[in-house]
Amino acid sequence: MSDASLNALAAQLAAKQVSSRELAQQYLDRITALNPSLNAFITVDADKTLAEAATADARIAAGRAGPLTGVPIAHKDIFCTDGWLTTCGSKMLHNFVAPYDAHVIQRFKAAGMPSLGKTNMDEFAMGSSNETSYFGAVKNPWNTAYVPGGSSGGAAACVAARLAPAATGTDTGGSIRQPAALCGITGLKPTYGLVSRFGMIAFASSLDQAGPMAPSAEDCALLLNVMTGFDPNDSTSLERDKEDYTRDLEQPLTGLRIGLPREFFAEGLNNEVAASVEAAVTELKKLGATTIEISLANSQLAIPVYYVLAPAEASSNLSRFDGVRYGYRAPEYTNLDDMYCKTRAQGFGAEVKRRILIGAYVLSHGYYDAYYLQAQKIRRLIANDFTEAFKSCDVILGPTAPGTAFKLGEKSDNPVEMYLNDLYTIPANLAGLPGMSLPCGFDSQGLPIGLQLVGNYFSEAKMLNVAHQYQRATDWHARVPEGLK
Amino acid sequence: MSLSPDDVKRIARLARIEIDDSQALASQSQLNTIFDLIATMQAVDTQGIAPMAHAQEVTQRLRADSVTETDHHAAFQAIAPAVENGLYLVPKVIE
Repeated sequence: MSDASLNALAAQLAAKQVSSRELAQQYLDRITALNPSLNAFITVDADKTLAEAATADARIAAGRAGPLTGVPIAHKDIFCTDGWLTTCGSKMLHNFVAPYDAHVIQRFKAAGMPSLGKTNMDEFAMGSSNETSYFGAVKNPWNTAYVPGGSSGGAAACVAARLAPAATGTDTGGSIRQPAALCGITGLKPTYGLVSRFGMIAFASSLDQAGPMAPSAEDCALLLNVMTGFDPNDSTSLERDKEDYTRDLEQPLTGLRIGLPREFFAEGLNNEVAASVEAAVTELKKLGATTIEISLANSQLAIPVYYVLAPAEASSNLSRFDGVRYGYRAPEYTNLDDMYCKTRAQGFGAEVKRRILIGAYVLSHGYYDAYYLQAQKIRRLIANDFTEAFKSCDVILGPTAPGTAFKLGEKSDNPVEMYLNDLYTIPANLAGLPGMSLPCGFDSQGLPIGLQLVGNYFSEAKMLNVAHQYQRATDWHARVPEGLK
Repeated sequence: MSLSPDDVKRIARLARIEIDDSQALASQSQLNTIFDLIATMQAVDTQGIAPMAHAQEVTQRLRADSVTETDHHAAFQAIAPAVENGLYLVPKVIE
């Protein structure tokens, strides 16, 4: 059961072989058994889950089921969920019970998919290892001495350990793709503007985008069908016709042009990761694809650009946490200003404060042109590189992360080294392009390796087609950690 | 460029985050390694390049100036740290 695809689970529900309540209970039992060692969830509430499952069962019985009605899903704790604790991994929101549903949550509820709980994450989605969470680090299911990646580390770990058949994530600089790679699952960051950010706690608004995380590309396509769509409550939500992201899954890859950016295979890439990604390229060629070398010359600057723009936007977005309307308030203070300063000093963790300080600095008088404006100009150059590259290829392929999972604590004292993990994922966020990660092998220690695809704007169906065809020919995505089967 | 502990305290003040001398000193070295990384941007010639603020070139949507929301006052205040008579309570700011 825990290994079944979303389509298989939906078929079992439709055939009345299992009820949504029974299915939810099976996953809740797995969570009870395995979550203590993984810490993938911040909140589990069996009563709420089972009530939602009962509603789904009623819908199925009444013949009003959609394609995924009754299939449970776990939600990243960044999505406001009516009546559920929504912490964003922070002490600042340790007691915040959201008074409304995020648009993404509304869509999954409308689809009849019960929530299995809220997954752990780096505080305010700032981190690449899930170690900045106020609720403790998440452990990688492949080896619990290692990080799961971040910031959607709880989502990736819970899917990898099959504590949930699927999960939602968000990706500002790689937060869906990098943990998907490090945990051996499939994750997709859609084109910016495709999924509403309403009710998704903001980190860097010009980059943040929600997306699906699941074992396979086929699962992700089904979830994307639920998540996407215009929402007047998000000013950046795009008004587009609804697409069926499963429509091209079975298309052959004959004639597919894959662009290989030379900068993504250069110094700094782990040899085992390089070998696995190259083996995947060989596999795709067998399926009919051709390759062309391309250049994303300015992508080398993605990290410095990102660490100006994202903190600048974060320093503005996180100014709302002041201890007045919701969340944490310092117990003692002398006046209003002191209340703000103490609340924020005590409520935010070290990495969040660091990024707020960077943001406040680069936006401050006298530095705006040198940092913020210069970063926005280089962002344009990075986006232009992609536009040029897509003239000669249909999809860009490379590694998702420069290495496999690292040990807990290994990089937590060295922010710059931690930031370098997102070297290959950040460019797609800056350009607003869709990107996905899928499993393509294991290193000599048995840790998963991720392959990244970056597509042109709105080419999700094409990327999912490539990923699905690769997954039909390989079984990396179907592997489950020993002892967790 | 390099930040001094006083610079760190100044920006912490701008960000309304209380910070003491030893924290400022500790933050200073980590922030400086990050600013060293950021400084690699400065070598790029960006003359004539238009800044890119957003991934999609779309204009802000407008809607009719009419009430679209219902009253969520009670639900929103139920989660506030301190409220009284429908008002959020903060320390006195005007004597």
